[in-house]
Amino acid sequence: MRRIEVIKKIVENVKDNEIIVSNIGVPSKELYYLKDRDRNFYMLGSMGLASSIGLGIALNCNEKVIVIDGDGSILMNLGTLSTISYSGVKNLILVVVDNSVYGSTGNQKTHTSKNTNIKKIAEGCGLDSVEVNNLEDFEKEFKKSLNTDKCRVIIAKTIPYNEKVPNIDIPPVMIKFRFMNSLVEK
Amino acid sequence: MKGSLAVYRGLIDGGINFICSVPCANLKNLLNLIESERKIFHLPTTREEEAFGICAGAYLSGKKTAILMQNSGLGNSINAIASLYKVYQIPTLLIISHRGLLKEQIPAQIPMGLWTEKLLDVCEIPFFKPKNPEEAYKIILEGAKYMDKISYPVAILLDALYWEYDNDVKK
Ligand SMILES: Cc1ncc(C[n+]2csc(CCOP(=O)(O)OP(=O)(O)O)c2C)c(N)n1
Repeated sequence: MRRIEVIKKIVENVKDNEIIVSNIGVPSKELYYLKDRDRNFYMLGSMGLASSIGLGIALNCNEKVIVIDGDGSILMNLGTLSTISYSGVKNLILVVVDNSVYGSTGNQKTHTSKNTNIKKIAEGCGLDSVEVNNLEDFEKEFKKSLNTDKCRVIIAKTIPYNEKVPNIDIPPVMIKFRFMNSLVEK
Repeated sequence: MKGSLAVYRGLIDGGINFICSVPCANLKNLLNLIESERKIFHLPTTREEEAFGICAGAYLSGKKTAILMQNSGLGNSINAIASLYKVYQIPTLLIISHRGLLKEQIPAQIPMGLWTEKLLDVCEIPFFKPKNPEEAYKIILEGAKYMDKISYPVAILLDALYWEYDNDVKK
């Protein structure tokens, strides 16, 4: 399973009103390439904060918020799992694409390549978590999460792979404005 | 309590409706007020940088946010200020307990205490230093408007002398 295949399953299954926050680097570019939409928030910097941004959005809207995060980024902001759980948020789905590398910077190994287990950490924080190793299971768990009134963490174990996709050519402020407008409109 | 109460009233009257925090001893009374009054949504966070992330999300969905922190937390947040708040032009009100200046007893607080204004300057974050509760109320009220005008963080620095207003001796 590759990250871009996971992202494809996400965009195939989300409804128009649902929100996607994507991680710095290649994940955002892959999402942009697969399906650009107003309710995508492409996080271009601030490594580690995709899940925090997603949490801040989810606490203030009724729609499902899907965060596409990475194992390296989760490890940079591990406290996020604890805060997400503490907040009691219900409409957040945290998808951690765990390729066991810092994919966007050239596939340097992360600690999940050895003995760190993000599912167990998330569970230790009190979060409902599941780990999947193939696309079929991912889609099943993702659909289940979309239809549950509960925060869920899905750790998708993938191989290191970066699709060759173009950069995001929308100015950041534009990404922000169209995202905010899309929330106000509906 | 005069010091904390003025800050609290400034936040309420300034329309702040979403707060993230990491504690500081000087923020104790303010945090208690926020928790007991329950007028403003408040989420304690594990690290100031995380607070910046969550408040950015809250802003994207229409909230007016503030972060309560110690100045040392600025060091934990610089990259978020640059690559999130600067890049996307995101406002927030930073209520900062400024340790490491006059009256400081803890050596570890001093370097960040002395560098705080310089760091804010580097980040192009305007900061204001109210000297008493009346000033604090007014500056926070105006700061909450100004941050939206500039679409960027505004910082309020409250040092040890300010927090003396929380001891009921100093009137
Ligand atoms: C604070 C900070 N440190 C390092 C980087 C460089 N960097 C950008 S993306 C990235 C890797 C992210 O890895 P992961 O979250 O596992 O996602 P992947 O790219 O593998 O999907 C790194 C290290 C950065 N942008 N910011």
